[in-house]
Amino acid sequence: MPQLGESVTEGTIGRWLVKQGERVKKYQPIAEVITDKVNAEIPAPADGLIVRLETAEGLTVKVGTLIAVMDAGDGAVAASGGGAAAAVGPAPAVGPAPAARPAALAGAVSATLVQPGEGDGGRYSPAVMRLAQEHKIDLARLAGSGLGGRITRKDVERFIASGGAVAEAAAPVPAAADCVAGMVAAVAPEAVSGPQPLGGDQVIPVDAVRRRIAEKMVQSKRETPHAWTMLQVDVTGLVKLKEAMGEEFRRREGLGLSFVPFFIKATVEALKEYPIMGSQWAGDQIIIRKEINISVAVATETALAVPVIKNADRLSIAGLNHAMAELAGKARAGKLSLDDISGGTFTVNNTGAFGSYLSAPIINYPQAAILSFEAITKMPVVLENDAIAIRSMMNLCLSLDHRILDGLVCGRFLQAVKARLQSYGPGMVSLY
Amino acid sequence: MAVLNLVDAVRETLRQEMRRDRDVWVVGEDVGRKGGVFGATLGLFDEFGPERVQDSPLTESAIVGVGIGAALYGTKPVCEIQFADFVFPAMNQIISEAAKMRFRSNGAWTVPMVIRAPFGGGVHGGLYHSQSVEQYFTSTAGLKVVVPSTPYDAKGLLTAAVRDPDPVLFFEHKGLYRAVKSEVPDQEYVIPIGKADVKRDGSDITVITYGKTVHFCLEAAAQLEKEGYSALVLDLRTLLPLDKEAIVAAARKTGKVLIVHEAGKTHGVGAEVAALVAEECLFDLDAPVQRLCGPDVPAMPYAGPMEKFFMLSPSICLEAMRKLAQF
Repeated sequence: MPQLGESVTEGTIGRWLVKQGERVKKYQPIAEVITDKVNAEIPAPADGLIVRLETAEGLTVKVGTLIAVMDAGDGAVAASGGGAAAAVGPAPAVGPAPAARPAALAGAVSATLVQPGEGDGGRYSPAVMRLAQEHKIDLARLAGSGLGGRITRKDVERFIASGGAVAEAAAPVPAAADCVAGMVAAVAPEAVSGPQPLGGDQVIPVDAVRRRIAEKMVQSKRETPHAWTMLQVDVTGLVKLKEAMGEEFRRREGLGLSFVPFFIKATVEALKEYPIMGSQWAGDQIIIRKEINISVAVATETALAVPVIKNADRLSIAGLNHAMAELAGKARAGKLSLDDISGGTFTVNNTGAFGSYLSAPIINYPQAAILSFEAITKMPVVLENDAIAIRSMMNLCLSLDHRILDGLVCGRFLQAVKARLQSYGPGMVSLY
Repeated sequence: MAVLNLVDAVRETLRQEMRRDRDVWVVGEDVGRKGGVFGATLGLFDEFGPERVQDSPLTESAIVGVGIGAALYGTKPVCEIQFADFVFPAMNQIISEAAKMRFRSNGAWTVPMVIRAPFGGGVHGGLYHSQSVEQYFTSTAGLKVVVPSTPYDAKGLLTAAVRDPDPVLFFEHKGLYRAVKSEVPDQEYVIPIGKADVKRDGSDITVITYGKTVHFCLEAAAQLEKEGYSALVLDLRTLLPLDKEAIVAAARKTGKVLIVHEAGKTHGVGAEVAALVAEECLFDLDAPVQRLCGPDVPAMPYAGPMEKFFMLSPSICLEAMRKLAQF
């Protein structure tokens, strides 16, 4: 398993692109590897034959773990993925070749070393059964490296060593000081117990991407005490601005003008005023990030991607628009790189795009807060002078890490965001 | 330190023990003036004289019977059976007399005796000069059965056998007599009877063996290593009592056990080891326990090609080991 990023310590085999016994050319992609929703391809290190695939699809292994063995033709062997080379070659005869010994001769090794054919359900040795029971492993999830695909004791031991087995104890119960509002997404990672499908139920296998999302969500909820607050913002000016500038912007820039860059702009400037909002809990210290890298949640058909606009404070609204469009496109095409999704310091989420009025988002671990921009709705409001007017109103919902942040600083931060959003109007702000 | 072959090691040990203890003496066919048909007692007659190195008549039951008597009298005989195949006339003496003497006399009489014999085939010995006989003794309580595979082990174990207060059968593979050499310390040392030895450590399969097949398995293991599998080779060294701890630990380590010996498979020593492994290690086993042994035919053939067909070899061991590793 190669190291795909500086702080990446493990990777998941998303999909093998070759089979055991297949000949490959140098640099030919042989596997898709996923780390944090990134698809990276591993190229074959040399021309040769794929002798053995060591790691099953969907399995997460540490960087440096042997994931495949190939024979590079000249007897030298390359082990794919940066692990130590395991030599596999044709077995030269040792001593004079013996005459064939009929199995009738008792000297032959027992005939019990055969595996039943495929589709027999497979037999598990006592060691495999015991380890699976002790570590609560669903053996159906493992690929076997033994004869005929048999799951061997070593396969299970490797699986356990790579951390694939379920962590048995439940997550610690949140302390009383934890004020978690909103829904708790209770996803159990790799549960082997839990609901069983009945006849007629549709079953979707959990793939590597979905598993990662689940793991991260659970980790965020488990480790970060979430608190939540909201503000209401009058964006009538912004709506008018978008209506006025939209067509011209499209003509000049080649793409539509979205609300999101305005949201990001307002957020970024408020972050400059309250940098603690872009910090991270690091056990015995709180790290306030210098860079302002905005993670933007993008919903694709199959999963949630959160690409990052690096140094968002250096971009104009138009620049942010372009950056957003580019990342959203990459996300939908599954082409986000590791760099695209790492380094975020604060997350924004345009939940209003699908009509949400209020939401309680889950913090993008290990950040300190996440801000959602809800649907813009026309409603009657009471103005400063006690007059009633129809205004376009939008809710800002903030989930925050209550270890670092509290109502006061978040309230101020949100006021700063609100002030800027309410200041956007035709002629009131430059797009460039 | 000297580099000795197996028969040299045996001889030097006998010399060392006879020098150390005046009660140690040697008896057997052609052991005296001739120095043994393999040279195992060469020079002892000259050094220690005809009373301590005795040429016996051609009578195995007497070689052992006289040895028992002399042992009861307080001496320490090392009885040589010229070829292990000849031990059968002495069975009654060994099994009903020597093995049971302590028990029968409630400890009043003991038999501190060694019966040593060359065994094993592959030397064109045919029916009467190739047999493995250890399995006839390993079910007799009261005996110890030792089979060294290296000169180093041979000296340490023979020293222990000579000094043992009870009867010890000591079998030396004649095919190893000159073929295997190792560094043997000049000074005395004892290797305890009943302790196996991991000759090679490994983590994929466990091979349990003794005698000449130890060397076959080590050679095969070296080749197997190149194929990416590491084999643990456990040399039993003592067949009775078996080193149960070592066997269980070695079996547990890999979960895949192959037992190899030249003697026939059915009711051989391997059967006892396999039963022990099944009894103690079931939930660590990743494969059925395998036995690779001599065929269950009445005798080792005399014709060359047939003998080769019969005997195990490094490549036969390799094939079995590889199959188990891949399982």
